[in-house]
Amino acid sequence: MTDETKKKLEDKIIGLVKEYAGKKRFKPIDIVKEMEKEFAAEGVSKEDIKGALKEIMDDGKLVYGYAGGSFLALPE
Amino acid sequence: MGKKHETPLLDELKKGKWISFVKEMERAAEKSERTEDLLGQVEESYRDKITHWKHGGMAGVKGYGAGMVGRFSEFPEKYPGVKECHSIRLNQTSGFFYNSDVLRKLADIADQHAGGLFNFHGSTGDIQILGLTQADAEDLFQKSAELGFDLGGSGSDLRTPSCCVGPARCEFANYDTLQICYDLTHAFQDELHRPSFNYKFKMKFSGCANDCVAAASRSDLAFIGTWQDNIKINQNEVKNYVKKFNVQKYVLDKCPTKCMWFEGENLVIDDSNCVKCMHCINEMPRALKSGDQKGLSILIGAKAPLVTGPRMGMMLIPFYDVHEDSKNDYEWLKGLISNMWEFWDEYGVSRERIGELIARVGLVTFLEGIGLEPTIDMVKEPRSNPFIKFEDEEAGAE
Repeated sequence: MTDETKKKLEDKIIGLVKEYAGKKRFKPIDIVKEMEKEFAAEGVSKEDIKGALKEIMDDGKLVYGYAGGSFLALPE
Repeated sequence: MGKKHETPLLDELKKGKWISFVKEMERAAEKSERTEDLLGQVEESYRDKITHWKHGGMAGVKGYGAGMVGRFSEFPEKYPGVKECHSIRLNQTSGFFYNSDVLRKLADIADQHAGGLFNFHGSTGDIQILGLTQADAEDLFQKSAELGFDLGGSGSDLRTPSCCVGPARCEFANYDTLQICYDLTHAFQDELHRPSFNYKFKMKFSGCANDCVAAASRSDLAFIGTWQDNIKINQNEVKNYVKKFNVQKYVLDKCPTKCMWFEGENLVIDDSNCVKCMHCINEMPRALKSGDQKGLSILIGAKAPLVTGPRMGMMLIPFYDVHEDSKNDYEWLKGLISNMWEFWDEYGVSRERIGELIARVGLVTFLEGIGLEPTIDMVKEPRSNPFIKFEDEEAGAE
């Protein structure tokens, strides 16, 4: 995965969580499945997406919430 | 000092013969306003017969998606000390061994940054420190980390793997529970700290079928020590036991498969019918010992009652040569576990445990998905319904 694709992927993930904030709770696996479809043409693997999610979390751009199950959320 | 909150119902709980958690909370409340308010809220819950905690929410340590369990009071103005009353889970040591110095230091941390209360150990296995706020979390985490502790699991992730004391303290251990638990905990750090599963996933390691960590009933993947060859009998010791108690009544008659009997003074065991339940070995440990070909059985799918009711684990792998695989850092086992998670990721739905997924899609589909050949031994319980129909010839019938 190129740096450019990685940046696009990260922006897309954060954008999706922002867009649906308060309306839908995304589990990490929902994001992985969604991004696999979205970036299929660019050869992005499941592992790439999991890696991108990990970096997003480490940077504090998204956080994990819990309500019965874990979901991705914007930091408060 | 007078009590901040009247607690007549909790006071009742102190009257019994056993140690009461109320007494411990009251002792902690002498030093902690938070715990004073905690007593007030717990009293209110007993009175109303409903919990007054708001579950979940956003509580955590930076960089970790798991390890802290958020609890918020429904009555923050009435009980300001427990407006936030989170728990933090620290990954316990394998086999739960600590020295007193570490425990004192942990206690100081709990006094300083939380409500001075512990849960040793939660059913997951972790050390839980109770009654902290989000503002306490980073300091508490850093100080615990300086003592060598990392956070445990919570939420939809791999929960902290847990094991019995194994060969460190127990002669019944058929494999090194401590080593495999430690190794897999390290190997799956990402899955432990980042909740990316459909729901929780627990692994527990018991050295024998006595199952001191309740793996067979409480973990999605249970590792139970067993052996393949015959039980070793010391006939002289059997004779000594016969002099001490009624072996026929308390051992032979209680054997679940009735695979043992006396021929004259000698005890005979039909090992082909033994299910390795440990009962006879527990009763006559000097006379009977497990065989030499030791390993473990892997059971899958157990869970406690949450969401859809309890399940016991079913036999997935009757005998896994853990000693051989340990030479390759458990490579085969790690591959198998990763395959299970891939399948569960792909086909599981939200809040569906892996055992429930198997029940929904069928064992055959699951086995194909994870690349494991079905065998006749994959049973729900000994001598009962295999999930797979075999022809008599395949099943070894004569």
